[in-house]
Amino acid sequence: MNWIDWLHTFFTAPDRQSGPNAITHRVAEHLAFSGEALLYAALLAIPLGLLIGYTGRGAVAVTAFTGIARALPTLGLVTLTVLVGGVGDTAILLPLVALAAPPVLVATVEGIRGTDPELRDAALGIGMTGRQVLWQVCLPNALPAVLAGLRTAAVQVIATATVAAYVGLGGLGRYVIDGLATRDFPATLGGALLVVLLAVATQLLFAGLIRYALPRGVRAQRAAGATVAHSS
Amino acid sequence: MDGEPLVRWYWIGDHLGYLRDLTLDHAVISLVPVLIALLIAVPLSLACARFPRIYQPLSAVFNVVYALPSLAVFVVLIPYTGLATRATVMVPLTFYALAVLLPTAVDGLRSVPDSVRQAATAMGYGPWHRLSAVELPAAVPYLMAGLRVAAVSSISLAAVGALIGRGGLGYLFIDGFQRTFPTPIVAGIVLIAALALVTDLLLVLARRLLAPWALRTGAAR
Repeated sequence: MNWIDWLHTFFTAPDRQSGPNAITHRVAEHLAFSGEALLYAALLAIPLGLLIGYTGRGAVAVTAFTGIARALPTLGLVTLTVLVGGVGDTAILLPLVALAAPPVLVATVEGIRGTDPELRDAALGIGMTGRQVLWQVCLPNALPAVLAGLRTAAVQVIATATVAAYVGLGGLGRYVIDGLATRDFPATLGGALLVVLLAVATQLLFAGLIRYALPRGVRAQRAAGATVAHSS
Repeated sequence: MDGEPLVRWYWIGDHLGYLRDLTLDHAVISLVPVLIALLIAVPLSLACARFPRIYQPLSAVFNVVYALPSLAVFVVLIPYTGLATRATVMVPLTFYALAVLLPTAVDGLRSVPDSVRQAATAMGYGPWHRLSAVELPAAVPYLMAGLRVAAVSSISLAAVGALIGRGGLGYLFIDGFQRTFPTPIVAGIVLIAALALVTDLLLVLARRLLAPWALRTGAAR
């Protein structure tokens, strides 16, 4: 057996074409669940990040908190929440959101705080209110950083959702986990390959978004996007 | 899980030796890759600083590697390194650590002001001598910051290896889940977080010893 045989076996198996184990269905499940987790994380982290970044209060707490979040093992969190909260997607959603929120939060705070102070002063000087400065100066300036944070979070969620198949989540992790359990190596490998493709596609999507979101004035003096470690 | 408390202390007490062995195994499979990555990152970053043209493609490759889900990479390696072996977990962890360390090392080497570089050249330093004697020490605080991120991530990532049979403390998650017994899971989370915290503190101490100037100038994040 070699790679081509394995992948051929994986992609041509009848139950991969239709039904609950079909590849299209598993990809859709994976995307829907990851998207939901990312959405909640963004709804939580971006407003909080704007607040902390603009006021400058609690920035130290954010750094400490994200350091701790990075050290938490995803597999441990999902097994624990499912044991305590019962089998079901809601129990898995919680740790996923908890893992996706910190990189978005850090990126938002750093993006807002990274706005050139002279730019802020100039905006205030021409008569903008604090709120206008935040929305019209700081936010566009921070947008690429926020998107970079979302990219990190998205890739992390896609990876963790794969791991979460162990506790019963659908999606591409099913192939990997079920394949490992039944010694069906083509399924494991095919699932892993699809996860890798999904992660790379997500990277590319966000790379495109970041390029598009960069304000023209910032493009020239662009600093490197925030790098936040992933943890799955 | 009716009426089962989160932690049954007697289990912890009965399994102290076992938990110690798992912690040691976990430290080896997660931190040895970081050390190997450091040994690769230093010469590689020097080469990148000396020949800037190779950095762009290298950093693009590592950006992609960094985004690959660990479980998927473990699985893809199984045909080469075997199921449930240390190598299957340690090889990808080395690459993840390298993906963090290489950019920080290169940033550090580039942090030397041009005037300092020119002064070194004027004193008769050749390009390699200048890199090792001037720019490398300047990169130490950056490298230490990168090491902290790489080590902590590696410790939490290694647990995923339990799904392919080799994850140190991660095994406690599988064990606890299969028996609907949360105590090992809680113990695993706490021990992994503690291992990460201790490693992080040791690295902070090491940075103070190796690069005391970084505290004054605030060069390291």
